[in-house]
Amino acid sequence: MEKGHNNTTTKRYGMVIDLDKCTGCGSCMVACMQENNVPFKKDETDKIKSITWLRVYKLNNGKPYPDTEICYLPRPCQHCSGVGDHGHSPCVSVCPATATDYGMDTGIVSQIYTRCFGCRYCMAACPYHVRYFNWWDPVWPKGMEKSLSPNVSVRMRGVVEKCSFCFHRYQLAMDRAFFEGRKEIEEHEYQTACTQACPSKSITFGDLNNPKHAVYELKQSPNAFRLLERLHTNTKVYYVSSKEWVRMAGDNYLKDEHKEMARAKG
Amino acid sequence: MSASEEKAKEVSAEAAGHGADTSKEQNTTGIVFIFFVVGLAASLLAGWIVFPKVLYSQKQQPFDFNHQSHMEMVDNGCQSCHFFREDGTFSGAPKLAQCIDCHEYVQGGSEDETIFVEQYVANYHEVPWLIYAKQPPCVFFSHAAHVNGAGMDCGTCHGDIGNSTSLPVYEYNVITSYSRNIWGKNIAGFKKNTWDRMKMDDCSECHQKNDVKQYSVQTEKGACFVCHK
Repeated sequence: MEKGHNNTTTKRYGMVIDLDKCTGCGSCMVACMQENNVPFKKDETDKIKSITWLRVYKLNNGKPYPDTEICYLPRPCQHCSGVGDHGHSPCVSVCPATATDYGMDTGIVSQIYTRCFGCRYCMAACPYHVRYFNWWDPVWPKGMEKSLSPNVSVRMRGVVEKCSFCFHRYQLAMDRAFFEGRKEIEEHEYQTACTQACPSKSITFGDLNNPKHAVYELKQSPNAFRLLERLHTNTKVYYVSSKEWVRMAGDNYLKDEHKEMARAKG
Repeated sequence: MSASEEKAKEVSAEAAGHGADTSKEQNTTGIVFIFFVVGLAASLLAGWIVFPKVLYSQKQQPFDFNHQSHMEMVDNGCQSCHFFREDGTFSGAPKLAQCIDCHEYVQGGSEDETIFVEQYVANYHEVPWLIYAKQPPCVFFSHAAHVNGAGMDCGTCHGDIGNSTSLPVYEYNVITSYSRNIWGKNIAGFKKNTWDRMKMDDCSECHQKNDVKQYSVQTEKGACFVCHK
């Protein structure tokens, strides 16, 4: 494990999502919305204006029947750490308000709603469309405001929000650790809501730097890839698929180019 | 009379006229000065005395509470009543269930205890305490990290409330509805003690001094997510 600048162990929390196991059921999306007080509107047909911290995309191989294949791809915030893991993700680099930040201790890209003034530079900078703008104040169906999570603050109109890898769960796990006289938490103590909600266990979450965590092995699979690797955003969400067309869909390639060739070129 | 004499007369007349102007000007300067002083005094009065009175409204606690007399009877200091739950979260102000063991019936006979027993214990109503140290909803504060992790005393942030015999007046900002203890009693924002204010600056000052999670890429100081949620 790498050492941080004041001699504390640096973690890099990340995900490995097995696309072969994902059925596209959307449980992760529901769990995420509920866990993080994500607002919704009466009419959610306009997907450009709806907020989904975690969104399941439907991919297809573009071939006619009977060769058609589809694949569902859940997309949380990719928590880019940038070249050399220095934390200069696209959004952190452009934010003029210090409203989004990269924590070197966890590798999580934070979003501070009270700091954000809604310029949306980060939305333009993010290559993964994980950031959403609150065009309206949230309106909850009657009585629902009582069931909101007190651990996540509710956002107002005019600010940007995104997936935080359920950072409040990390905070609460640390609370318990401190109370029990520990300084570190176990793998099972900090898991995101989507990971726990996935019925086919396709999402695995943990510290990518820690060999004891399941993600450490999984990310080294030859079938593992990340989205838009050629941008060198150095994301912390890995995908695994046994199908080559899915792995090729993770980035833009020329027609006669193979992923492995492209990878070697960089 | 020659032309030069006439000129001289004109000049002297002008001089006399000028003299009258000067005394008039002195008069107006005096009035302006008095208006300035009165205006300044009024502005200072409004800013330092009227404004805080208008900005902060007062609320009464349901009844008074004597921390000192309770501290004398418990074994584990503050944590006897303000305890940590098993999952590491902090319980805050005690609930009725904790008080009821001793206060099922009136014991000491103070007026406040009578109110407590008759109005709350008898009807099983939780006491709607007003929380002085309640932070805005965007703040995540971990008592476990400070008390268990860093070994800090409660008094560092809360002051010597454990030895107080009555509760202070609860004041809140009428615009934000936050407790006045966040900004501090001093309207200019000066503080002498660590427990005088509970603003973000006060948190970050201590975090910076003790090198607590100075992991931010943007500021190279404390990472925002340490305290924000």
